[in-house]
Amino acid sequence: MIHLSHVSKSYKTSTRPALDDVSVEVDKGEFAFLIGPSGSGKSTFLRLLLREDAPEKGEISVAGSDLTKIRRSKVPGHRRRLGCVFQDFRLLTNKTVSQNVGFALEVLGRPRAVIKRVVPEVLELVGLEGKSNRLPHELSGGEQQRVAIARAFVNRPLLLLADEPTGNLDPDTSADIMLLLERINRTGTTVLMATHDNAIVDSMRRRVIELQLGKLVRDEDRGVYGVGR
Amino acid sequence: MRGGYVFSEVLTGLRRNITMTIAMILTTAISLGLLGGGILVARMTSHAQQLYGDKVQVDVYLTPEVSANDPDCRDVCLTLKDSMQNNPDIASVEYHSQEDAYNEYKERFAGQKEMLDIVRKEALSAFLRVRLKDPAKISIISEQYSGKPGVRSVSDQRELLNRVFSVLNGVRNATLAIALVQAIAALLLISNMVQIAAFTRRTETSIMRLVGASRWRTQLPFVIEAVVAGVIGAVLAVGGLIAAKVWFVDKSLSSVMATGVLPPITANDMLIVAPILIGSGIVLAAVSAYLTLRAYVRT
Ligand SMILES: Nc1ncnc2c1ncn2[C@@H]1O[C@H](COP(=O)(O)OP(=O)(O)OP(=O)(O)O)[C@@H](O)[C@H]1O
Ligand SMILES: [Mg+2]
Repeated sequence: MIHLSHVSKSYKTSTRPALDDVSVEVDKGEFAFLIGPSGSGKSTFLRLLLREDAPEKGEISVAGSDLTKIRRSKVPGHRRRLGCVFQDFRLLTNKTVSQNVGFALEVLGRPRAVIKRVVPEVLELVGLEGKSNRLPHELSGGEQQRVAIARAFVNRPLLLLADEPTGNLDPDTSADIMLLLERINRTGTTVLMATHDNAIVDSMRRRVIELQLGKLVRDEDRGVYGVGR
Repeated sequence: MRGGYVFSEVLTGLRRNITMTIAMILTTAISLGLLGGGILVARMTSHAQQLYGDKVQVDVYLTPEVSANDPDCRDVCLTLKDSMQNNPDIASVEYHSQEDAYNEYKERFAGQKEMLDIVRKEALSAFLRVRLKDPAKISIISEQYSGKPGVRSVSDQRELLNRVFSVLNGVRNATLAIALVQAIAALLLISNMVQIAAFTRRTETSIMRLVGASRWRTQLPFVIEAVVAGVIGAVLAVGGLIAAKVWFVDKSLSSVMATGVLPPITANDMLIVAPILIGSGIVLAAVSAYLTLRAYVRT
């Protein structure tokens, strides 16, 4: 599902590379955590998978697209096959909950009738039935993150990328969000989640990929957050 | 991509930036209004040229000797007449003898005894009345025939006509020049509006792009916004021209037009100008919005 070989990425304004010769494979259907201290390159990793940026060196392929050679015009098509969730939710502030979720289907060119049918189903799945006509600022942080997850999941992506999805939420709400991500993973969607939250990583006992200063330092099935330190 | 969604984004976009939208609509309206005014004056000029074209005639007066000795146009006069008939720029030539000239004179001043008394038939010249194919070439007659044997003088209506045409052409050029300057201002305003719209909605745009929206999908609303504003501007311009015609041109110039000195602006003129203005509004807005997005807006 995700395949990186010898990937390096440096930002123009910084001296050390944000990612340094990273090689990783994630298989279909896996649930993996991407951990590491602040500035270790987690977000950069996910940005490369979304093709928000391109690496200087190495090869990346995601969900069957070779991102090393992909043309600019094919990038939207690549993103439509992924779902993504962020710490700051990134909802369209002037669209309602159901319009936000529907937008992911709209860009896929799905007919209005399909959008009308599918969106309420997904909102129910994330526990937001009855809130479909609210605007994002009329929701709590946890509810906004559910909308974002619904939007990421509505087109049944092969891969869901989450960059600190619980970073702005209290522990209880975070646990609810994790349950949701697990349920999505059980439908067969590969999930890759970047986080600093050791409690979550320790309780889930899933694969852990750890970065430090841009280098891959650990890759462990059923890992915990703080091993070896 | 569904039209309804895009359109609702366009409406919110135009409302969000309402003062800029109004400025842009007004500048576009003024620019297109002036363009329309220029086109109307140009049409008026060409109508006027046609109008005068029928009436433009040049009289080539013959010398007293020829007038007296060649009353039936057989000799020197015939040479002149033939050469005129073979001239490709001349539509027709008509000989008026001294006798005819005297009769015309008597007709014109019928009832004014003093006028009739001071002129004898012998004092009048016979003349050749020439009509031109293209009234703009009026000057060639005096250039080509002034010095010829048998010619005393060439009547010259050039002055008056040239003055009328040059006033009309001047009005047209000035209007079009101001229209051009205004069009540049409108273009810059459209470009600025698109940049501001794209900037204020950059977060929204980047989110849409993350979800997989194409560049087209995120930028089309900006282009449509500009085009909607351009069309509103064009409609205002057409309205302004109609108002100017009804309240100003038709009222204050009606006496001039009635005498036939200037041709009136017709509803037909308006029907031709309106689609030109609306089309220009659409093209102006779409092109400058598109170029702005290409040049300044990444994402
Ligand atoms: N746009 C950018 N321009 C320059 N340097 C950047 C940029 N984005 C990130 N970096 C640098 O790249 C490195 C990795 O950043 P990244 O955002 O991937 O870290 P992270 O692991 O996500 O950190 P955090 O846990 O704080 O989110 C950091 O040193 C950061 O300063
Ligand atoms: Mg980060």
